[in-house]
Amino acid sequence: MKRTVPLVITFTVGALLIVAYFIPHWPFARLRDDFNTFFDVIAAFAYIVGGGNLIRMHGRRAARQEAGWGYSLVCLAGFLAMLAFGLTKVFWREGAPGWDLQGDLNDSTLLFKRGYDNIFRPCSATFYALLAFFIASASYRAFRARNVEATLLLVTALVILLGRTFVGTLMTGWLPPSLEFLSIPQLSNWIMSVPNQAGNRAIMIGVALGIVSLSLKVILGIDRSHLGEKD
Amino acid sequence: MAWRLPELDRRIVFALVGLSVTIPILWKFHFPEFPSPMVRGVFERVDSLPAGSKLLLTLDYDPGSEPELNPMTDAVTRHAATKGIRIYYITMWATGPPMIERVIRQVLQKEFPDLAYGRDFVTLGYKPGNEAAIAIVASDLRKLFTTDGRGTNINAGEMTGSLRNLRSFDMVFSVSAGFPGTKEWIQYGTDTAGVPIAAGMTAVQAPLNYPYYPTQLLGILGGIKAAAEYELLLVKKYPRFADPAFPQEATAKMGPQTWAHLTIIGLIVLGNLTTLLAGRRGRR
Repeated sequence: MKRTVPLVITFTVGALLIVAYFIPHWPFARLRDDFNTFFDVIAAFAYIVGGGNLIRMHGRRAARQEAGWGYSLVCLAGFLAMLAFGLTKVFWREGAPGWDLQGDLNDSTLLFKRGYDNIFRPCSATFYALLAFFIASASYRAFRARNVEATLLLVTALVILLGRTFVGTLMTGWLPPSLEFLSIPQLSNWIMSVPNQAGNRAIMIGVALGIVSLSLKVILGIDRSHLGEKD
Repeated sequence: MAWRLPELDRRIVFALVGLSVTIPILWKFHFPEFPSPMVRGVFERVDSLPAGSKLLLTLDYDPGSEPELNPMTDAVTRHAATKGIRIYYITMWATGPPMIERVIRQVLQKEFPDLAYGRDFVTLGYKPGNEAAIAIVASDLRKLFTTDGRGTNINAGEMTGSLRNLRSFDMVFSVSAGFPGTKEWIQYGTDTAGVPIAAGMTAVQAPLNYPYYPTQLLGILGGIKAAAEYELLLVKKYPRFADPAFPQEATAKMGPQTWAHLTIIGLIVLGNLTTLLAGRRGRR
């Protein structure tokens, strides 16, 4: 019973959604929409489960003072503070605190919005910006013409990088119209539109076939890993 | 020579990148832009929408991608607002609502004071559910939205009252930085609803979305460069945007980006020279 019921639910829902895709009419279209709504409701509850899990994991690590427990404490403090600010809509106006449950979360006097604007936003942008430094360092070390494949990668990277700046246009702007297809911006566009597109499409089709195969195994009950069983 | 400088210390690399970004920001270097056919195509498609058309602008990104994506959000918003197109904002990212409020506050309310919320533009806000939420928007938007992003009943709103599903819109413009994003809007939304979609995204996302172009995706604005090209086309078509009151953010950011790219190219060339010379010396 414990295994059969979930398998029957999986098969019924999976089969119905497949049928609904090919027959988008009543009652299948209606069922598809309802299942999507169920998913949306479940997704909203997933936030509560996720939040609970975060408190449990980091709370345990902080309580046991395991390695990196200080970071867990900061994570918990940030999470709980923002949750409390968001739920109670505490504000700070004209030098005095207060709270307004009907308030708009985008109100700049709310502590929730201030935390978002003054902590989350700059920290997030800073971490993303740091990538530029690591990319530069990695490019310097990795893009070496050590063999044919590496040389191809190197040349492609240089063409794309130059094609993303006006320097590429300046370097090859003198080419006559008959040879314009050799200009760096044109080559850069060609690399993106032809080899990149072909490679990505091949990967996507492969992945899609894999997903179809795995989905069929799950729907037919051959793969039961989602029930916590091993293959 | 090469054996005296086998490898650059990474701190030197970091310092060079830092300088290549900082100096152009301080000195405000600007470079000429040449619009690519792809950007021109997207621009012309938005430009061809008649006044009163409905444009769904999906802002699926977070503060980490703001510097790269805000300029294209702003440029498309300006373009649509100038044309009298009705703009509907929506986001599938929990971090998205502040992105919507920013563009409303900094672009629409500041640069187009005659436009009114609920009459010319509206936000539908954020909904969880990723691709499932997009699928609901495609089939029956009212199952998901009972109010707009500011709490007004969807039936009472002048702009929202007539909305049924994705087919209610004339075009979708997706600005995204990951999942769910343009790919999901195509797969679960516009492709099944038969609504045209164009997209703006971070430069690293662009190659992943090329497979959908041109049949399922009208065009891609990839990164700051494409946004700068869009701004240029906007200024050419509507000269009033050349006024400093309308900041050309992407054009300004192309200076630091160009110098950073040139620095990286220089580092790659230097690295290869080091390897080449060291190899020759080794063979001797």
